[in-house]
Amino acid sequence: MAAGPASHGGLRRAQRPHLSKMERMVVSMQDPDQGVKMRSQRLLITVIPHAVTGNDIMEWLIHKYCITEEEALHLGTLLVRHGYLYPLRDPCHLELRLDETPYRFQTPYFWMSTLWPAAELDYAIYLAKKNIRKRGGLFDHEKEHYDQLHRKISHTWDLVVMQAREQLWAAKQRRKGDRLVIACQEQTYWLVNRPPPGVPSVLEQGPERNSCTAGRVQMPTGPFQTKTVDFYRREVECLRKALGRARVKSSVCLEAYLKFSSQRGPHDPIMSGCLPSNPWVTDNDTYWAMNAPSAAVPTRLRVEQWAFSFRELLEDPVGRAHFMDFLSKEFSAENLSFWEACEELRHGGQAQVPALVDAVYQQFLAPGAARWVNIDSRTMERTLVGLGRPHRHVLDDAQLHIYMLMKKDSYPRFLKSDLYKDLLAEAVVPPKTKRRVFPFMRKPRHSSPSPALLPASASREPSGGDGEA
Amino acid sequence: MKTRRTLKGHGNKVLCMDWCKDKRRIVSSSQDGKVIVWDSFTTNKEHAVTMPCTWVMACAYAPSGCAIACGGLDNKCSVYPLTFDKNENMAAKKKSVAMHTNYLSACSFTNSDMQILTASGDGTCALWDVESGQLLQSFHGHGADVLCLDLAPSETGNTFVSGGCDKKAMVWDMRSGQCVQAFETHESDINSVRYYPSGDAFASGSDDATCRLYDLRADREVAIYSKESIIFGASSVDFSLSGRLLFAGYNDYTINVWDVLKGSRVSILFGHENRVSTLRVSPDGTAFCSGSWDHTLRTKNYLFVSLQVWA
Repeated sequence: MAAGPASHGGLRRAQRPHLSKMERMVVSMQDPDQGVKMRSQRLLITVIPHAVTGNDIMEWLIHKYCITEEEALHLGTLLVRHGYLYPLRDPCHLELRLDETPYRFQTPYFWMSTLWPAAELDYAIYLAKKNIRKRGGLFDHEKEHYDQLHRKISHTWDLVVMQAREQLWAAKQRRKGDRLVIACQEQTYWLVNRPPPGVPSVLEQGPERNSCTAGRVQMPTGPFQTKTVDFYRREVECLRKALGRARVKSSVCLEAYLKFSSQRGPHDPIMSGCLPSNPWVTDNDTYWAMNAPSAAVPTRLRVEQWAFSFRELLEDPVGRAHFMDFLSKEFSAENLSFWEACEELRHGGQAQVPALVDAVYQQFLAPGAARWVNIDSRTMERTLVGLGRPHRHVLDDAQLHIYMLMKKDSYPRFLKSDLYKDLLAEAVVPPKTKRRVFPFMRKPRHSSPSPALLPASASREPSGGDGEA
Repeated sequence: MKTRRTLKGHGNKVLCMDWCKDKRRIVSSSQDGKVIVWDSFTTNKEHAVTMPCTWVMACAYAPSGCAIACGGLDNKCSVYPLTFDKNENMAAKKKSVAMHTNYLSACSFTNSDMQILTASGDGTCALWDVESGQLLQSFHGHGADVLCLDLAPSETGNTFVSGGCDKKAMVWDMRSGQCVQAFETHESDINSVRYYPSGDAFASGSDDATCRLYDLRADREVAIYSKESIIFGASSVDFSLSGRLLFAGYNDYTINVWDVLKGSRVSILFGHENRVSTLRVSPDGTAFCSGSWDHTLRTKNYLFVSLQVWA
């Protein structure tokens, strides 16, 4: 058989690490001491050595990797589907059967990483052999391929038939057992590389990726091949920055995760469930109605979440509205309005930038402005200079200053305020939905209006598309 | 956790999906160029567009819910406003926003409908203005295809992380275009990156069959999620709302659920018949949706492919 181009096969391996892992697994399965229990199988009158049954394989997998039966079956099936194991009986279907069907390990010659991609010529020879051996022995899809190949390489068809005859003759010289095994091996190889219709091909990968792994045989001209001085300069700069960076101890970070996750645990529907019920489980969308962005009375969990961080308070429209009320009482509502205007600038369309910058300046920063915000002089100076050439980030410094001001000053006061305490007290705790006695009497699932139908929503989300349906 | 909804309608491999902020709608894209918007709660299809290219590997829902973005082998990212007008053809109002020199692997809207961030097989990421299609910032530094990106949930909202075929995960400053941090401990292509809900860390899933957690303040990898019996690459990862669980979809057709803090596997979910290509947790954390390459032969001529919602 013509061997596949080795360098090309080697290149592919780097892009499919799962193949080398499967191969290692299969090799360790064949280890005489630690491997799967091998026995000789009797097939009619021939005896095949070194065979294993599906159960043996599963047991070995369960024992070695401490996994469940289901997972072991799944893993074993994948090994068979990739052609690393083949059944000696009914070899047309590559699956791991748990009966007494004997399996054998595929010879490395036929491994996906060795002999890939499958050569057309080899396939032609294989089909010709099958055809010669038994007239009408080809399956429908194989017949189609056979005809296709015949047309394609009709000039060398004599060579194909000659090779096929020679191989068949050579096989006849072998013992029956060996002949059977080789036939099964070859058939498995072609089942993997030319799957019948309806069987998903394990060879399918997505679009070709241009990875930087060493040893590329062909060097396409591209930006990655030559590492220029620029590239190294950037690398050095990056590394220098990395050296100078202040690092936090991992233990501190891990503690932060613990704290974060335990704080949010009750808010996580997958971990703690949600009240009244998870809409996906009970088909009841009350949960969403109660937690809608514009719900009149927020739930208790939602109000509690505003205390977790300033960002989360601002992200929730209801929370933000209440915070705005609080600030109005303290006569510092312009801070939040300024912050909102800056957000609009930062995330708005490029064309609106100059107009927005001007509007913000007039309303919040100009001397004697209607809603003047208190920024420290240095930041104000920097901002005013930047306003000469407005771009979307020109107000970033001022915005950050005001944000920090609110976060360190107003936000803690908000959390201690009566306003917030009242909200907590009035917050709703929905009762858990009673378990339905007759689960098959399903409630009809309500559809909800698409956000695309709603009129353009205010402030935060400038509507991108046309507002009218 | 069980499958609660199966969305059948794609005729070919599902490559990508994204949730709408309303917590029930999703957009999904597939190999044959179809992009479908579903109300996954009722399993109704609401919109469908056929892209002029195949392998639509990236799709995203706009924060307002009024538009979707998608792209793939056409090297572009196109934004489609969603309309319910029967007289209008969705493809007519399509806006071509991003232009790359190789396939588009990921896209995401930033905080509004007006800006979109893209990652491409040409090794760069880019930030675009949707209205004008203008390139606002480009991010160079990856040595190979960039496969995924995720925006940071931070207060200043200025960074994002990208992962690529050069095994590196890089954190970028959106304003300056500079790489702020880089992490290179994976042994193979990084298929998916996702921030931890607090924004202090991110997880990555790679072809080397591991998922890893990188902390930004400690500037290093802090956890590896791997098991000897898992040998196929992780194609997609996402956190639960509290960050306690990490859901990862693998190329061996399974979804593994990891305990982020303990580093151990909580459970394994079987539900697909081919590789899981995309996985996202819903915005309110009530469920997650997984899309895969599987197909169920229904009639001789039609193949239906499934997206599943688990809760």
